[in-house]
Amino acid sequence: MTYDRARELLSQITGVTVADGAPPLTVQVPAEQLAAVAAFIKETIGCGFFAFLTAIDLKADGLEVVAFVDNLEDGVSVVLRAKLGAGNTSCPSLAAVYRGANWMERECYDMFGIRFEGHPDLRRILLADDWEGHPLLKSYAVDTPHPPFR
Amino acid sequence: MEIKPPVPQIPAPVWKDIKDLQEWQELHKSRPATGDKHSSLFEQVTDGIHAFPGGFAVTTVADNFLNWARKSSVWPVSFGLACCAIEMMATFASRFDVERLGMVPWASPRHSDLMIVSGTVTIKMAPMLQRIYDQMPDPKWALSMGSCANSGGPFRHGYHVVKGVDRVIPVDVYVPGCPPPPESLLNGLLLLQEQISTFRRTGRRAAPNEKVD
Repeated sequence: MTYDRARELLSQITGVTVADGAPPLTVQVPAEQLAAVAAFIKETIGCGFFAFLTAIDLKADGLEVVAFVDNLEDGVSVVLRAKLGAGNTSCPSLAAVYRGANWMERECYDMFGIRFEGHPDLRRILLADDWEGHPLLKSYAVDTPHPPFR
Repeated sequence: MEIKPPVPQIPAPVWKDIKDLQEWQELHKSRPATGDKHSSLFEQVTDGIHAFPGGFAVTTVADNFLNWARKSSVWPVSFGLACCAIEMMATFASRFDVERLGMVPWASPRHSDLMIVSGTVTIKMAPMLQRIYDQMPDPKWALSMGSCANSGGPFRHGYHVVKGVDRVIPVDVYVPGCPPPPESLLNGLLLLQEQISTFRRTGRRAAPNEKVD
């Protein structure tokens, strides 16, 4: 699998936009197709290594989920980006496709409050269970008090 | 000739505007005095001896002797939180050898006199830190090591860090630095020994140290 072949395969999927430019291959995916496209990338392009999953808070435009997967044998990397839309915090889970996504989606839920549909065990991973709010959102006030220790 | 507009200056912080410092003050006003709950009978007896004519000679000599014994064997509980713990370990090791001061890093809080809070205290960690401190027998002391434990340090305006360990436990000596080198920590330990030598009663803070306060 080469970089050009991966670009050709991905651009044939309807709804998927492949960005121009240098590697890694950046793919804009509709949120509801995310799991299906990830499965295609894993099976066909051979990206078996799940590097990371995070999110971006675009304020008025809502949240964007970013996942980075690698084909370590052929050196092909793919960035999956899915915009959730304003006010939407629901996203399909990749944990069924990549087992490595399990904890990263928990962290993403912890920090951004994105609810990954179909995740086996979606609860906070880094912060305490009784934490209020999701601190990496832009709307989270930095000096939010956390009694009794602040 | 073109006149450049003045460079905008960042205004100096005003105490009234710093919300978390205000809350810190309130917290310290409302914190109840914590002390040894088992020594009230002992205190009554010693107060009686002290009030007796000539009894002060017995109590002050006994105090001086006990304080000499206390300051000569301060056992810090080995409790490392962050990168400051590396410097703390260097202080405990052979080059800076704190055993010549009578200190033995001990692995149990139940046998220790001193807690060196070496590093960042997160809000999730603070209850555990308080529990370890509560397990130590009175009289006990706490030393806050490094910027993070003193005030939150670079993470002060983050969301997850306690803004100074003195919001969790009472602190006797603050050692500045990020991280403090072993020499700084040794200086802090020597200041703590001076404080212990003027120690009078469990649960009350020592007299102000002229060198630092």
